[in-house]
Amino acid sequence: MSDETALPEAAGRPDERPPSALARFLDSDLWWSFRRSPLVITAFLVTVLMIGAATFAPWVAPHDPFDLASLDLMDSLLPPAWLEGGDPRYLLGTDDQGRDILSTILYGARISLLVGFLSVILAMLIGVTIGLVAGYAGGVTDAVLMRIADIQLTFPAILIALLVDGVMRGILPPEAHEEVALFVLVLAIALSSWVQYARTVRSSTMVEKRKEYVQAAQVIGLPSARILVRHILPNVMGPVLVIATIQLALAIIIEATLSFLGVGVPPTSPSLGTLIRIGNDYLFSGEWWITVFPGLALIILVLAVNLLGDWLRDVLNPKLR
Amino acid sequence: MDQDLGTGIPSEPTERAAPLLEIRDLKVEFPSRRGTVVAAEGVGLSLEAGEILGVVGESGAGKSTLAYAVMGLIEPPGRMAAGEIRLGGERIDTLPPEAMRRVRGKRIGMVFQDPLTSLDSLMTVEEQLVETMLTHLPISDREAKGRAVELLEQVGIPDAATRVKNYPHQFSGGMRQRVVIALAICCEPEVLLADEPTTALDVSIQAQILALLKRLVRERGMGMLIITHDMGVIYEITDRVAVMYRSRLVEIGPSDKVLNRPDHPYTRSLIAAVPPPDRRIDRFPLVEYIESAGTTTRKLDLASHWLGKARDFGAGDGPLLRLEHLTMRFLTRPSLLPSRRRWMTAVDDVSFEIRSGEVFGLVGESGSGKSTIARIITGLYRPEAGRVIFAGEDMTAMSSRKEINRLRRQMQMIFQDPYSSLNPRMKVGDIVAEPIRFHRLAESETEVRRIVADLLEHVGLGSRAALRYPHEFSGGQRQRISIARALATRPRFLVCDEPTSALDVSIQAQILNLLKDLQEELGLTMLFISHDLPVIRQMCDRVGVMQRGKLVELAETEALFEAPQHDYTRHLLALMPRMRAA
Repeated sequence: MSDETALPEAAGRPDERPPSALARFLDSDLWWSFRRSPLVITAFLVTVLMIGAATFAPWVAPHDPFDLASLDLMDSLLPPAWLEGGDPRYLLGTDDQGRDILSTILYGARISLLVGFLSVILAMLIGVTIGLVAGYAGGVTDAVLMRIADIQLTFPAILIALLVDGVMRGILPPEAHEEVALFVLVLAIALSSWVQYARTVRSSTMVEKRKEYVQAAQVIGLPSARILVRHILPNVMGPVLVIATIQLALAIIIEATLSFLGVGVPPTSPSLGTLIRIGNDYLFSGEWWITVFPGLALIILVLAVNLLGDWLRDVLNPKLR
Repeated sequence: MDQDLGTGIPSEPTERAAPLLEIRDLKVEFPSRRGTVVAAEGVGLSLEAGEILGVVGESGAGKSTLAYAVMGLIEPPGRMAAGEIRLGGERIDTLPPEAMRRVRGKRIGMVFQDPLTSLDSLMTVEEQLVETMLTHLPISDREAKGRAVELLEQVGIPDAATRVKNYPHQFSGGMRQRVVIALAICCEPEVLLADEPTTALDVSIQAQILALLKRLVRERGMGMLIITHDMGVIYEITDRVAVMYRSRLVEIGPSDKVLNRPDHPYTRSLIAAVPPPDRRIDRFPLVEYIESAGTTTRKLDLASHWLGKARDFGAGDGPLLRLEHLTMRFLTRPSLLPSRRRWMTAVDDVSFEIRSGEVFGLVGESGSGKSTIARIITGLYRPEAGRVIFAGEDMTAMSSRKEINRLRRQMQMIFQDPYSSLNPRMKVGDIVAEPIRFHRLAESETEVRRIVADLLEHVGLGSRAALRYPHEFSGGQRQRISIARALATRPRFLVCDEPTSALDVSIQAQILNLLKDLQEELGLTMLFISHDLPVIRQMCDRVGVMQRGKLVELAETEALFEAPQHDYTRHLLALMPRMRAA
């Protein structure tokens, strides 16, 4: 049926100038579907806004919560500005040390996003490489790599992260740990999430490698590495980007969970998870804003990123159309 | 048994008021974000009981849309914008979905193209037949089971009583299509719609299926609408034929008349493009009406042109390629224990030579090992035993990549499927340039670009094509890109694996012409693989016939066609549709 509905005029007209990259994008299904969904536009704007605010926290934030000189214990535990006893200088209130909650959220989101992005990139590198090799080589290589992936899947992500963190704490002296804590976290999260990429890439690679353009490249004599990188990789990246978006949200959550459990980033540079944990101690003494606002920020960020990921998955997956 | 159910069509029509099936002024459109695509417009035809009407046209002409419209199965957002469809005088296009569901299967049976996917693989054949009959006919479970066996017997399945309990995967492709036909006729439909019923089948199976359909139509007085792109099928079984072109019906009439004295110029060019099986012609007549791609290629001056430069090989007339006792097996059941492994022998002790400058054809049905040989020669597979000797050097004995690449540069391959043989993420220019860059055949990037432009120009696409992506091109144009890429290493040996079997017949004519031109200009040696005997006759100097992995006959083309020696060759030749013999 599909060939019956194809436009005969869609065939290339050799004399015409090909459209520019921008024109192609504006004409694409991606842009078309984006423009039509207010929810996706909102999610996109929220994501961009939060990423922007977090990235530029030192310039955007009203206070510098880590500048000890500007902190005043007199300002500690102030409620949000619109409540009785609130201070208009501190929109979302302050914590026990007099730090502005809004500013700590911005700085905290910065750490959370940094960990999220770095771990997604690392997991993607590991997963895509293993998936490509397993799918292309097949046979014993494939079997071994995929069994490793299966074993990996039997451990919950949090457990792996705790394990890596624990081992690193054991190896490194405590003062060094403060500095590398962030990277330990990234490594832990990446190690627990690469399997998703590997499995997806492996199955797409197995489909792609049977296509004739790969055989054509083999007939030309191209080495396997070049075929993998230049021919197969670009054709399997679609689903990877979708997973990466969803995994970004997941990584932020795992980071928050670990930080909440106290094995994440050190309290001197708190992430959203650390903030929630610190605030948790004050929840029952009435200072709910210390934990609720970072929590809300986390929820909004993760929800927006997840919505974007779901939308990308729907648009890029031809089967769902 | 036709009568005992009382559901058959009346054996004696009392009056010939309305035709069995009538389509009037049909218009089907598919709205999309890029505007509305009209898939059929102003189509009107009628079908009488006991008649076989063929609908022929190229892909995208609207043939299948017609069938889907009759079945009321046009997928939204597509819709029937105008016209009416009448079955036995009664309008069916306006029926509510539930009533239409009763018409489908009961009064109209349908046979689809792919027997692999049109049966439910989790139900036995009996279950599927019985389910359909119980849905539409007032009979008991036991009667239905008895009828299922009868039906299988009628469609020519041996040992029907036991086979009826089998699952679809236990049948071969041809047998499965017979089951599909049994399913389509199990409720005694008045009309049978067949959409490319034999396209996925080998020629010998095709002949059997067509004969079966013809017999069933005559015996039962059904009307059959058969949709095909294949003029041979039209010639074989239709009484009348309707020709569709760009969503419109351009010609309709008795098959004999349309095939031999077509009125419409499109029909004329379509028929002219069919390779004649009974004689060899130099070039196919140029077909207007088809694609905009230029068919004129400039004559090359090889002495000065890049394609002729540094052809570091002589023109000697010894064998360029020699295959010695090639054998190749595929593992069909892997196991750790060697004794438990099962193998399928794809190529069985095959030896032949290809002389410099000749076009050597390999012909055979699917699974005969033709493509495996092509892939062994180009180094995609390693043979289990035997040697491949190219230009005097034993390629199977080589282990260093450098040495193999030196020879590989001299042989290139053109693939069957133009939709998967080009990397969709690369620009056409980069696709064609890749072999030049990899083998460092040009001194500078400017030169690479000039050569690519030249090649694209030469295969009739124009140099602007370099900046576009493959999806912007049609099947025939993509096959031209494939050819340009294959020429980019300045090969002396070209392997063409079914290069035109995914293309429409008019495009096939253009591509075959282009290959012939290139072969002559560049003095290429070619291995041309096809299941299509008329195409082989037009293209090849010598032909090898393959059957189940073995080379059964090898002869000069004309000798093979005029005086075949082996039984299998004679069998294949007998099945070749000879539409001009009429």
